[in-house]
Amino acid sequence: MGKYILKRLGVALVTFFGITLLAYILTSMMPGSPIDFIVSSNPHMTADQVAAMEEEMGLNQPVFIQYIKWLQEFLSGNLGYSYRTGNPVFAEILEKLGGTLLLVGASMVLSLVIAIPLGTAAALKPNSAFDYISSGLAFIGNSTPGFFAGMIFIYIFCVKFSLFPMGGMYTSPSNQTAADLIYHMIMPCSALALQQIGGYMRHVRSNMLETLGEDYIRTSKAKGLGRTRVVSVHGLRNAMIPIVTIVGMNIPLLIGGSVVTETVFSWPGIGMLMTTSINARDYPVIMGVTVVVATAVLVGNVLIDFIYCIVDPRIKHS
Amino acid sequence: MGKRKKEQESYSYMRDVIERFCHHKAALVSVFILGVIVLAVCILPLTMELEPYTTNSGAVYAKPEGNYILGTDEIGRDLFSRLIYGGRTSLFVGVVSMLLSVAIGVPLGILAGYYKGWVETIVLRMADVFMSFPSIVLCIVLVSILGPSITAVTIVIGITGWPQFARIIYSKVIITREMEYVQSAKSTGIKDGRIMTQYILPNALSPVLINMTFRTAQAILMEASLSFLGLGVKPPAASWGNILQYAQTISSLTMRPWMWVPAGILMVITVVTINFIGDGIRDALDPKLKI
Repeated sequence: MGKYILKRLGVALVTFFGITLLAYILTSMMPGSPIDFIVSSNPHMTADQVAAMEEEMGLNQPVFIQYIKWLQEFLSGNLGYSYRTGNPVFAEILEKLGGTLLLVGASMVLSLVIAIPLGTAAALKPNSAFDYISSGLAFIGNSTPGFFAGMIFIYIFCVKFSLFPMGGMYTSPSNQTAADLIYHMIMPCSALALQQIGGYMRHVRSNMLETLGEDYIRTSKAKGLGRTRVVSVHGLRNAMIPIVTIVGMNIPLLIGGSVVTETVFSWPGIGMLMTTSINARDYPVIMGVTVVVATAVLVGNVLIDFIYCIVDPRIKHS
Repeated sequence: MGKRKKEQESYSYMRDVIERFCHHKAALVSVFILGVIVLAVCILPLTMELEPYTTNSGAVYAKPEGNYILGTDEIGRDLFSRLIYGGRTSLFVGVVSMLLSVAIGVPLGILAGYYKGWVETIVLRMADVFMSFPSIVLCIVLVSILGPSITAVTIVIGITGWPQFARIIYSKVIITREMEYVQSAKSTGIKDGRIMTQYILPNALSPVLINMTFRTAQAILMEASLSFLGLGVKPPAASWGNILQYAQTISSLTMRPWMWVPAGILMVITVVTINFIGDGIRDALDPKLKI
């Protein structure tokens, strides 16, 4: 167990350096350099001054040396400064990260809360009308991109019935209550959850079907346990184990979905930050967001692997 | 002799596969619906006089009636024509980018599984790195390097899809390479290249085929997301995603549903049918696999 954790952390560390390297190479390939930005705000600079500035910023050095320097800065928590606002990138990201994590976390919980009972019910009556209808709906939900679902939700619930606000996080910046936050979160959270429910449901259903065929389920039925107890305690607990992996695999998809959904609902999160930075060609922020998001996915996956280890002690890692 | 041949045919693998596929009702219906959509986007531009790029300042935001069966957009372009041409773009990006992912991922996965050692380490770690980035984020960064266009979007979506195929075929190859027929081929001195392409690849291909359908569906959604953010297919070219993007303004979103609902629904129908077909192919090729 200890050895497995160490090995997993080692692989994660290698992946982390790969992430930073790839993100750095991509950012350095983007058109325009930081100098262009300074020159554009100060058009009277001479060529000599520009060259001196390049020298000072280390831009005339090989990309690999620049990467090492950038990495040193990154590891000490400095991600550079935004071209657009002049604020430290790290602070900009931290400010927006909470919004995204809240949205992503809430939609994950919501989709599991809906998918687990539905998937279980479908598994208890396989090939029934309920099974077919729920599977069909699951497929459609799975194939609907979050932003289109979001637009439909806005049209129906925000415009036609005026039930929910069309976007934003709070009604007014001065009055930030939890109730107001939840009220604003219902729409984007549902749009984001819709795409996941289907996938989870199908997995819960098939795992449950498999588990219900196991010998220990027959044993517990034979010793006279009630149907509810057999299903919810013996069945569901075992069927849930592979779901942990599926949740982990969904993390990048979920954060990606959040990027687009945030734009539809003007939800102040990492996704909004990313799209505004792309439009403003604010490279330090793009770079920062990319690395932070990928690192978050990596950490999420490592955590999921550890959870898997704990919930399923039968697994021996070689 | 004739009778024997017939008997052999009835046990043929392909026929078995097709038979199992036909048991999947949703997949059969999907083949039909998708066929209609594909035919429509291929044939209608040839037979009807569609004008997706002609603007008409006299009919801005026209409602769906008369000449414009689906209405017009903010500069008076016929939305039905744009829907059909948009479908061409979306399907093209979906299929071509998927093929690109296969072309990168499958060889890397086979090499990693066959040679193991450092090739395996490099390929698998690279796949880890790529898969840590949400694909939309990676696509956004890549598009801002290449600049938004149909070609750029296709390449970008193609590049981000490779790890999925590499991993799938890798996990199949590491099993297949230990098979006796591969060992015997090796012992007779057949070259590695031939063993990989003629002995291992055909026997490790079915999960790749299954995932080709799912990846096409994902790629169509990815194109739509990118275009929706203004980083995909640029006007005047149409795609389902950028039709939705132009309807993103509050007034169009809330007051002119005809501008965006058809494109969105057609996209969802296309993706649903492709996924159902994928599901059918999975049942047909790999009956042991459930889910």
